[in-house]
Amino acid sequence: MIPGLADRAIQSSRGFRVLMQAMARPGTIQRLNLTQPPALGPAAGSVLLLLADPTTPLHLAGDLPGLAPWLQFHAGSPLTGPEGASLAVGRWPDLPLDLLPVGLPDYPDRSATVIVELDRLDADGPRLTGPGIRNHASLSLPAIAPFRANRALFPMGLDFIFTCGDRLACLPRSTVVGDA
Amino acid sequence: MSDYNFAYLDEQTKRMIRRAILKALAIPGYQVPFASREMPMPYGWGTGGVQLTAACLTPEDRLKVIDQGADDTTNAVSIRKFFQRTAGVAVTEATREATLIQTRHRIPETPLTEDQVLVYQVPIPEPLRFLEPRETETRKMHELEEYGLMHVKLYEDIARHGQIATSYAYPVKVEGRYVMDPSPIPKFDNPKLSGCPAIQLFGAGREQRIYALPPHTQVVSLDFDDHPFVASKPDHDCDLCGASDSYLDEVITDDRGGRMFVCSDTDFCMGRVRAGHAGRLAGQSKGAAA
Repeated sequence: MIPGLADRAIQSSRGFRVLMQAMARPGTIQRLNLTQPPALGPAAGSVLLLLADPTTPLHLAGDLPGLAPWLQFHAGSPLTGPEGASLAVGRWPDLPLDLLPVGLPDYPDRSATVIVELDRLDADGPRLTGPGIRNHASLSLPAIAPFRANRALFPMGLDFIFTCGDRLACLPRSTVVGDA
Repeated sequence: MSDYNFAYLDEQTKRMIRRAILKALAIPGYQVPFASREMPMPYGWGTGGVQLTAACLTPEDRLKVIDQGADDTTNAVSIRKFFQRTAGVAVTEATREATLIQTRHRIPETPLTEDQVLVYQVPIPEPLRFLEPRETETRKMHELEEYGLMHVKLYEDIARHGQIATSYAYPVKVEGRYVMDPSPIPKFDNPKLSGCPAIQLFGAGREQRIYALPPHTQVVSLDFDDHPFVASKPDHDCDLCGASDSYLDEVITDDRGGRMFVCSDTDFCMGRVRAGHAGRLAGQSKGAAA
């Protein structure tokens, strides 16, 4: 079994500050390397161990060999279909975005957080504006239309954490995605 | 210190709070419910802020705690000691040196930076609560963006007093969507909420709510075209440091009507005094100002 977080309380506190900065400043690329999970990069594995526990139903999208038992051991999250997920993880083409919960009009926080493993994550691409962004940012998003549709649901919607190797960047539902 | 988990709370609780913080940052101004824990201090002493601080703190942080601007009051001292004992973090009274600041009812006068996190203690997070006591109704009002009642309240202020008399916990609208209670900060501090480079987190322990303002978020104080918002303060200079642009506390100094005005932000005031600025009572007011 591949280890999870060494010195859990300390590592997860440092890791969360990185993740919080990423979510608060959409489009900025941060580094996070607390563990090396099966099937995914260190950043995706670190985010999973920071957020997942027995109270967060998890949807694994696509073929992620060895990830389920590793998460079962370290986080203990119940696996679920996309409809019941509070966390979803996978590669971009495998994620069933239309099926994941986007929250309720009176409880928009009851939506899924989606961890998307990408082959490339750079500060170029569509122009991002919104809360957390001083003027504008750019991020190599895997698509544009789904994120515009997601923004149109605000205050409901999905929140995305993109990962690539040990790097991550976030795109919360509040971010407006402009042209490339 | 080693008898506690780092920063007191257990890891499962911190994960729950951290997930709520991320959702709060994704929906600026929306109050995210969370499973607030019993803390070793009474409700009303900042248990919401303490839980946010515990979930955010890292061993490298330098913590500052203020209570109405002061670093040396009971609430601030006890929370600072709490995290020194349970997390072993460094502490400071200097706003510039702090990486995480927990505050009760003030925003420091020194402008915050990108590298800082400001955690507010919030007593009543729902801005509509004193207008509509039912949670089911206020939740529906937020859902429908039905904020007319809040404008009626401000209008009644004008009808009764000739001006908007609300002077603290002045309601704001976040990014044109949610009306939010900025916690009982004086309305003098409201302009500092908007476009702030630091992350601002709000925690209400008894009411079990977390909300947030990401950096550079647009925050507008509610007002009317013919009665615009004014960030007011006592019409004096600080009697210790002479500052004309900081928020002041009025201190009664004797039983014959004597009074003085001093900066509520003690770090800001001391910094100015050390830099050689002097107010009306500088040098002769040590007893009264202590």
